[in-house]
Amino acid sequence: MVKVQVPEIRVSRPKVQIEPAAADAKRVAEPPFAETSAVRKFLLARGNSAIMDGTFHVLMVVCGLSIFGIVILIASELVLRSDLAWSKIGFSFFYRAYFDPSTGLPNYWDPVNGHFSAIPFVYGTLVSSLLSLVLAVPLAIGVAVFLTEMCPGILRGPLAFLTELLAAIPSIIYGLWAVFVLVPLLREHVNPMLVKWLGWTKLFSDDNPTGLGYVSAAVILAIMILPIISSLTREVMLAVPHSQREAVLALGATRWEMIRMGVLRNARIGIVGAVILGLGRALGETMAVTMVIGNTPEIHRSLLANGSSMAAVIANEFAEASGDLHRSALIEIGLALFVVTIVVNAIARILVWVVTRGTPAQAH
Amino acid sequence: MRSKVRAVTDGAVTALAVLATLLVVTPLVAIFVYLIYKGASSLNLAFFTQIPKPVGEAGGGMANAIVGSGVLLGIASLIGVPVGIGGGIYLAEFGRGTKLANAIRFTADVLNGVPSIVMGIAAYSLIVLPQGHFSAFSGGVALGIMMIPTVCRTSEEMLLMVPHAVREAALGLGVPNWRSVLSITVKTASPGIITGCMLAFARVAGETAPLIFTALGNAFWSTSLKEPIAALPLQIYVYAISPYDEWHRLAWAGALVLIALIVIAVSLVRYVTSRGVLKGAS
Repeated sequence: MVKVQVPEIRVSRPKVQIEPAAADAKRVAEPPFAETSAVRKFLLARGNSAIMDGTFHVLMVVCGLSIFGIVILIASELVLRSDLAWSKIGFSFFYRAYFDPSTGLPNYWDPVNGHFSAIPFVYGTLVSSLLSLVLAVPLAIGVAVFLTEMCPGILRGPLAFLTELLAAIPSIIYGLWAVFVLVPLLREHVNPMLVKWLGWTKLFSDDNPTGLGYVSAAVILAIMILPIISSLTREVMLAVPHSQREAVLALGATRWEMIRMGVLRNARIGIVGAVILGLGRALGETMAVTMVIGNTPEIHRSLLANGSSMAAVIANEFAEASGDLHRSALIEIGLALFVVTIVVNAIARILVWVVTRGTPAQAH
Repeated sequence: MRSKVRAVTDGAVTALAVLATLLVVTPLVAIFVYLIYKGASSLNLAFFTQIPKPVGEAGGGMANAIVGSGVLLGIASLIGVPVGIGGGIYLAEFGRGTKLANAIRFTADVLNGVPSIVMGIAAYSLIVLPQGHFSAFSGGVALGIMMIPTVCRTSEEMLLMVPHAVREAALGLGVPNWRSVLSITVKTASPGIITGCMLAFARVAGETAPLIFTALGNAFWSTSLKEPIAALPLQIYVYAISPYDEWHRLAWAGALVLIALIVIAVSLVRYVTSRGVLKGAS
C-alpha cells in the first residue's frame, strides 16, 4: 500500500526535481572556485590548513599533558634522590628513633653522627596543622555564612575582595609579621593566660621564653588557611539551590534554622572538602612556619615548646646538608610531604566537585 | 517560649557570624597597617638603587634583589606562560568534556596544592645536582613549574567565557581552526588571560621556599643565569631572621614593595573578571 503512494509523489514533481539536478551537473563541470569571493581567495592564499591544524592540536595536547609530566617528573626525582635514605634507613625512618645509650633519651636528628628520624617533624607538622584547623574552621564557616546569607549587598564585594587578598599575600610576609608582631603579642599576653587557665592539662607549660613554638605556628597557619577555607565554603554554599532555602523558610524557620537545615546540611560534603584543602595547605606551608616554630628537632608535650615541621627542616637544612645521607633523608621527608599533600588535595577536590558539579568551573 | 528561644538562637548565630568576620578581617588590616607603617618609613631611593651594605653600616638597599627577582620571574614566565596557556587552550577548545581533559584539570588543581618547597627539591635534583652549583636558572625553572597549573586553569576559565557565536562566526568564514583559536578566541579572552598570568606571576613573585636551595641568594650584583642570584623574598627572609635592626627595617621595606606588586595584580584580576571578558558581549 505504501509503495503505491510513492510513485504518485514522484509523478507530481518531475519537472521541479530535474532542473536543480541539471544545474548541479553543470556546476561540477566548471573548474572549482571559479567564482570565488574575496574572502575565499584570501583564505586560499594561505594554503592548506590541515597540517597547521594538526600541528596546533598536537602542540596544545602536549601542553596539557605537561601537567602530568610535571607530577611524574617530581615524583621520579624525589624517589631517585632519596634512594640512599631508603636503602640505609628504610621505612622505619618515619617511626623509629635512635636512643642514646648513655642517657636513654631519644636522639631523633643528628646529622653529625648520622642518626635520622622524621618523627619530630611529622609530629610538629601534624600538631601545628590540626591546631590551626581547630582555630580556623569555625571562623571560616562563620565568615562564609555571613557573606552568603547575612551580608548586606554593599559589603559583600569588598569583604570577598579582602579575603581574596588575604589568600594572595606571600607566606614570607605572614612570617615577617608573625615574627615581629604576632609572636611578641602571644608571648606577652596570650601564652601566660593559656598557662594559667589550661596549665593543668600539661599541654601548656611556661618554660619557653621565646614565644616561638607550635601555638605560634598554628595561629599564623590559621590566618593563612582561613581565606582558602572560607572562599571555598562560600562557593559550595552558593551552589545550594535557592529553592532549598525558600522551602525551609516557607515552613516557618528562622534564618539560622534555614542556614542549618537548608544550606549547611546540603553543603556539608563540600565544606569537609574545603577544610581538607585547608589542611593540605597547612601541611605544606613552609616559610611562615619555619620563622615561628623554633626549629628544634624534639618532641614536647607542651604546645608552647619549640618544635619543627617537615617543611621547616627542609627549608633550614637542605642548602647546607652535611652529607649525602643527610640530603637524601631530607628529600625523603620531601617525598612524604609530596605524597601526603597530593592525596589530601585529591580527596578535597573530589569532595568539593561532588557538591559544585553542575555549576560553572572555577579556578581556586 | 519556644519561639523566643529560636529567635534568640538566631540572633546569637548572626552575632557570631559577624564576630567571626570581624576576627578574620582584623589580622588582614593589622598586617597591612603595620606593613605600610613600617615599610613606608624605611623606603627611600637608596632602597631601589643600592646593593646591601655589610653588617653594621647604615643604608643600603635591595637593588640587586629586585633585579634578581626580575630575572627569575622572566625565566619563570618564559616557561610557565606559554605552556600554561597552551594547556588552557587544550582544556577549553579541544578537550572539552573528554576524560583526558577532566584528568588534566584535576591534576592541575592537585598540583596547585603541592608545597612549593617540594618544587624546590625537584628543581634542585633536576638542575643543581647535575650541574654542581646553585644557579638563577634552576630557581627560574622551579618558579616556572609552579606557574603552569595556575596559568592553565585561569586561561581555561577565561576562554570558556568567550561566547560560542564568536567561534562559529570565525569557522563559518572558513578560517582554519588554529587561526580561529589563536586570533579570535584567545585574542577575545586576552585581557582575562593576561591578568590570569599576572596573578600567577604575583603568586610566584612572593615564593621563597623553592628559591632557598636553587637561586640561593647573593649579596652582590649578579644577572648571570649560571650564578646564584638574589631575590626579593629570599632577601626579606634572610633579613627578617637576622638580629640586626637595620636589616629588619630593610625587610619591611622589601615586604611593602612585594605586597604592592601583588595587590595591583589581584585588583586587576578582580576588575577584569567582574567586568567579563568581552566588552558589551552577550
